[in-house]
Amino acid sequence: MIVADKKPIEEIVEAIKDKEKILILGCNECVTVCEAGGKKEVGVMASALRMYFLNQGREVSIDERTLERQCDHEYLEEVRDVIDQYDSVVSLACGVGVQFMAEKYHTTPVFPGVNTCFMGVTEERGVWSERCQGCGECILASTAGICPVSRCAKRILNGPCGGSTNGKCEINKELDCAWQLIIDRLKALGKLDDYEKITPLKDWSTERAGGPRKVVREDVQQ
Amino acid sequence: MRLSYPTNIRIVLVPCTGKVDILHILRAFEKGADGVYVVGCMEGDCHYNSGNFRARKRVEQAQKLLDTIGIEGERAQMYNLSSGEGPKFAEYAVEMDERIRKLGPNPIKSAKKKAA
Repeated sequence: MIVADKKPIEEIVEAIKDKEKILILGCNECVTVCEAGGKKEVGVMASALRMYFLNQGREVSIDERTLERQCDHEYLEEVRDVIDQYDSVVSLACGVGVQFMAEKYHTTPVFPGVNTCFMGVTEERGVWSERCQGCGECILASTAGICPVSRCAKRILNGPCGGSTNGKCEINKELDCAWQLIIDRLKALGKLDDYEKITPLKDWSTERAGGPRKVVREDVQQ
Repeated sequence: MRLSYPTNIRIVLVPCTGKVDILHILRAFEKGADGVYVVGCMEGDCHYNSGNFRARKRVEQAQKLLDTIGIEGERAQMYNLSSGEGPKFAEYAVEMDERIRKLGPNPIKSAKKKAA
């Protein structure tokens, strides 16, 4: 999932301080799972903002709504008939949702309510960590299912580097060395011979370095 | 025991303090409560293992959030006692009542009245 973290309420207040009719718009997908922008977080933020503005002596109307997703036309269309009632939207979706909202509703200011962090997993409740950088050319088949692009600080494809000590990375003693994990898992799979194979230069043009990306699938297009 | 405690306290029964959400606490303040305190079982004695620890965390979250929006966070509190400690319950009620009286009414309440 896309992992996001809550923005400090002060930052959101600063962004919407001169607004009067605000819609707090949550998303039922990834940000709900990582407890940053689902229905509950919408409720907490709306309640806090209502109290803040009342305390400031200002009458601000704050409504709550949570869509199934904010990254698809069909769900974002659900607010088409009410969007004109608001002078701003605080979207608790990831950066994708915030942008799609802004693209769709040109005249309504949209403010991000979360900081979008990475694509990752829930290690345990309250702990999320990165697993994929969407490099566009997956190499997990040759790295025992562990991604050196997202989990090695240097993103090296033939590791480990000299900074790997006792299975930990030199940038942080808490951080596992991705290449140590790869070697350990190759061993467990009985495929340590694969480690001897040198991975050739990766085509990074499919990664963000090649500019904004797009997937076009004519077979499913209408 | 027939203990007396301040009459301005409204008790909301929950099956376990683990049921209490930050949203319940915030809504209470939004509706004008001057203070909210959660009384859970003794730490380590939760029938559901961690309900009272969760409640404590949520109270702490609420305190922080209230502080950032200009309402004294100490209006939200967490207490622990065992079900056999009636006098403690009354004692905590008095303590909370005194704490809130020192702080005065919930500013949201007067702001709402002004707005109306």
